[in-house]
Amino acid sequence: MATNVDLDTEIVSIQNLSFSRGDKKIFNDISLSIPRGKITAIMGPSGTGKTTLLKLIGGQLYPDKGSIKVDKKNVHQLKRSELYTLRKRMGMLFQSGALLTDLNVFENVALPLKEHTALSDSMIRSLVITKLQAVGLRGARNLKPNELSGGMARRIALARAIALDPMMVMYDEPFTGQDPISLGVLVKLIKDLNSALGLTSVIVSHDIDETLRIADYIYVLSGGKIVGHGSPEQIKNSDSKWVQQFMNGHADGPVHFHYPANDYHEDLFETQQ
Amino acid sequence: MMHFFQRLGNTTLASFAKLGRSSFFLTHVLSAIPATIIHPRLLINQLYSVGVLSFLIITISGLFVGMVLGLQGFYILSDFGAEETLGIMVAASLVRELGPVVAALLFAGRAGSALTAEIGLMKATEQLSGMEMMAIDPIKRIMAPRFLAGFISMPLLTALFSSIGVMGGHIVGVGILGVDDGSYWSQMQAGLDFQDDIINGVIKSIVFGFAISWISLFEGYDAIPTSEGVSRATTRTVVNSAFTILGLDFILTALMFGDI
Repeated sequence: MATNVDLDTEIVSIQNLSFSRGDKKIFNDISLSIPRGKITAIMGPSGTGKTTLLKLIGGQLYPDKGSIKVDKKNVHQLKRSELYTLRKRMGMLFQSGALLTDLNVFENVALPLKEHTALSDSMIRSLVITKLQAVGLRGARNLKPNELSGGMARRIALARAIALDPMMVMYDEPFTGQDPISLGVLVKLIKDLNSALGLTSVIVSHDIDETLRIADYIYVLSGGKIVGHGSPEQIKNSDSKWVQQFMNGHADGPVHFHYPANDYHEDLFETQQ
Repeated sequence: MMHFFQRLGNTTLASFAKLGRSSFFLTHVLSAIPATIIHPRLLINQLYSVGVLSFLIITISGLFVGMVLGLQGFYILSDFGAEETLGIMVAASLVRELGPVVAALLFAGRAGSALTAEIGLMKATEQLSGMEMMAIDPIKRIMAPRFLAGFISMPLLTALFSSIGVMGGHIVGVGILGVDDGSYWSQMQAGLDFQDDIINGVIKSIVFGFAISWISLFEGYDAIPTSEGVSRATTRTVVNSAFTILGLDFILTALMFGDI
């Protein structure tokens, strides 16, 4: 699929990617590219493999076919140590936050700094405090992950994801299950951090309103294919039936309401027999 | 019939695949051990939760096993007028067999299951993935310290179990049933061989510690990341550890005490 992104500014380039789990094809020959310094959203119904895509970009899963390049390096041809070096420059925000439950908030954010830098303890402390201040949770530094609300856990995880000042942050369903206030906070944070730190953001989401508010470019995935892409305006006005069904939340359309099954009447008749 | 063979084949293939995965896992864990020894902070935390927290169950069980041995031993030996040899009977049973085996079974139930559940839940809550994405190797940071802690704790807990058991036998035999105190200890001293009994018992406990740590960590790491998957993995840890301990015990005993 052709994209209108200039090659020099692209940070992630996916070419002819295919991936399947068991017999189910999750991606069928998709290509997309993510521009540097922008917020790119990948949208689609649940179960279309949006999270899988992030794991493929991060090198945690291997594609069946095709290539994924991050910052011009083919993720799946790197040696383990090279992959780890690349991952230090990629932050990822998991849906659950994925904070380590045996560490408190401060230690969680300090962890990547302690593991990957030779900075002094006082330097690490200052860095952690600035990151926590950026997400508004400096006062929560001594809490344990089980004392945090879902929204707070995600903000802490965001502070941890940006601890090493990465070039790119990937957000896995950042808006799911948040109350309106947390939602507003997260939308603002993602937008602000992206411009303040010069990040590249990749958001995987099915929350249309929030994503449209902050995304610069959107890809819509369905059934293992890219069914539409463009700016939020273009996506809203897209004439693709898939995109329209997704954006307007129609119960039936190209994505069927019914899971594939045999004929309804036959099925009923069979039970009576 | 075909169905049966198909299932048999599938199960066999799946178990070999799992054996392969667990061997890879073990080599990876072992290669991360030196780093754990150089930075022992995580190891010390794990020694506490794997070893120290198993202290109570090992002590109490050791005491009762020793007391029962004292009681049963006394009844049988007194039939032959040999109750003076109660000390060596209790000590030899504990040091050679019951100590390593029962302590290992208890350890698998107490610490092994906890390790599997912890790692399985870490996997289910994406903590392991999260670490990988932060370029932190979970094998190095999570598995290796736990493995080493299990490996170090097991012989120490076994020694504790056997010593407390000897005390238990003493309480019942000497304290209650009236075996002579001097012969309880002197028979033990004369009869137990350092190399044959104590060292062999320690070797057994080291082997069991290695096996339990490996099984419980791998089951957690390989668990299906759902509540059902983690619960099954925890059960598998206890069951597989028990089989492994008893099977290995037979092999080790045959090698150590048999004339093979």
